[in-house]
Amino acid sequence: MNWHAIRAIYLFEMARTFRTIWQSIVSPVLSTSLYFVVFGTAIGSRIDEVEGVSYGAFIVPGLIMLSAITQSISNGSFGIYFPKFVGTIYEVLSAPVNFIEIVIGYVGAAATKALMIGVIILITANFFVDIRIEHPLAMIAFLLLTCLSFALFGFIIGIWAKNFEQLQLVPLLIVTPLVFLGGSFYSISMLPPAWQTVTLFNPVVYLVSGFRWSFFGVADVALGWSLLAILAFTCLCLTAIWWIFRTGWRIKT
Amino acid sequence: MSAMLSVRDVRKTYQGGGDALKGVSLEIAEGEILALLGPNGAGKTTLISIICGLSTMTGGSVTVGGHDVIRDFRAARRLIGLVPQEIALEPFERVQNTVRLSRGLFGLPAKDGKIEEILRRLSLWDKRDEPIRSLSGGMKRRVLIAKALAHEPRVLFLDEPTAGVDVELRKDMWDIVRDLQAQGVTIILTTHYIEEAEAIADRIGVINKGEILLVEKTAALMKQMGRKRLILELTDPVDTIPDALSHWSLEHGDAPNELVFTYDGHAERTGINRLFADLKTAGLGLRDLTTRQSSLEEIFVGLVHKEGAA
Ligand SMILES: Nc1ncnc2c1ncn2[C@@H]1O[C@H](COP(=O)(O)OP(=O)(O)OP(=O)(O)O)[C@@H](O)[C@H]1O
Ligand SMILES: [Mg+2]
Repeated sequence: MNWHAIRAIYLFEMARTFRTIWQSIVSPVLSTSLYFVVFGTAIGSRIDEVEGVSYGAFIVPGLIMLSAITQSISNGSFGIYFPKFVGTIYEVLSAPVNFIEIVIGYVGAAATKALMIGVIILITANFFVDIRIEHPLAMIAFLLLTCLSFALFGFIIGIWAKNFEQLQLVPLLIVTPLVFLGGSFYSISMLPPAWQTVTLFNPVVYLVSGFRWSFFGVADVALGWSLLAILAFTCLCLTAIWWIFRTGWRIKT
Repeated sequence: MSAMLSVRDVRKTYQGGGDALKGVSLEIAEGEILALLGPNGAGKTTLISIICGLSTMTGGSVTVGGHDVIRDFRAARRLIGLVPQEIALEPFERVQNTVRLSRGLFGLPAKDGKIEEILRRLSLWDKRDEPIRSLSGGMKRRVLIAKALAHEPRVLFLDEPTAGVDVELRKDMWDIVRDLQAQGVTIILTTHYIEEAEAIADRIGVINKGEILLVEKTAALMKQMGRKRLILELTDPVDTIPDALSHWSLEHGDAPNELVFTYDGHAERTGINRLFADLKTAGLGLRDLTTRQSSLEEIFVGLVHKEGAA
């Protein structure tokens, strides 16, 4: 393993994050606060409790997941798309590094930033509602795995995208709906039975459910399925990336 | 002696494009400077991209320092530094940081001593904390060179290093190249300018339409270049060259009344006086004379054209 290279890529990418640190922090804090005003206060005042948890607290895991997922994807895709766009990717491709090292460097940095934002949201939420975390270690593990797997997914989008529009396309058309319909703001048991079945095909449901379990000890689907879903998704992304580097698809001429 | 860089029958067909390389073979010894000369679209950048791992080859093989660039890519790439043709730098990044990234990518610690040395040598030390977008074009090119040298490569590729560069930077660049050569670094550069190749290279390779047309020691090419052609326009056509002139190895010219004498223009005695005497003896009358010097440019254009006609 070329550890120096991994470190160099990671630090270089993190430096990019810290150059725009205020943008990176202010916008999630602001949007989280807005969600609380709208969902927590306005709607929450009419919904007392969901599964024994106050509505305001109930949406916290979903909110964190929403941001963690969108941030992981956008960081992961931008991190590799930008060097492709300005041409500096030549340097990584001609260096003595293999695809695993490249991925650890870029995806690690993208996931770190998403993780930071997840934590910032948790802290912000704490100002609005009382939050109890029943399984803190599981909570951290879930968040970490989610950030990593979606940063991997973003990395694939970044390699696939040929322009900035495409870079936005997948997150906008596929990921945002899946996340919103993934039970971030409601329990799927609140849906009619037919929709509950449909929802089970949405992978985000498993993530949000598992994550919420780590907070309140209640879940929509069994914990095992949540873990399996996230691991399967990670493996799928890793396989795709392995194939991309083996064939040079969209990165080598 | 084994070659530092060995390219064997490398072929490249771009997707949807034609054949960019049609079986290129090349051997370069350690410490040698080779200039690849060729018109636009000849395949120079493609060849370099394949050696450096930016482009996949359709066929053939390449070794650097004895390491196959695909099977043993780590060992091969550790030896290689690349200065690309196009300026590709992150606009908001600072000079020193990008050079540090380059060094790190090659598995070396960011020993600041080494980076400082390289930046000073390229007159970039004062600019080390400037964002790249604030640098001039020439300065950006220096940053690219600094990045390529950051891991102390043994083989350096310079893809058109002097495109859009002023006289001073060009001179600096050649000083650096000579310095590197003195340290035993092997250098492959591409250029459109013959004088440039002539001034710096040990050997010159001419490439056109994906094929190497010739690889020759610069000195030998220069010698060919020193050759002059004396075209003798005679009063009457000559079918066969008279015996009295046989030892002059004259050739027929373009017109039936033309004979051509090739000689070394730098020689003390060219033999022209004696040739004239022999012409008189053979009874041939002269109408006119022209001399032509074959320049490297001509050799090059000639090669490229012959190829085009074939
Ligand atoms: N990515 C690509 N896809 C398709 N064709 C390509 C690609 N890159 C280069 N080519 C083609 O391959 C041929 C060789 O191009 P190359 O860039 O290697 O030439 P070059 O000798 O470097 O030219 P120049 O002196 O202009 O830099 C050209 O015909 C070019 O159009
Ligand atoms: Mg080129």
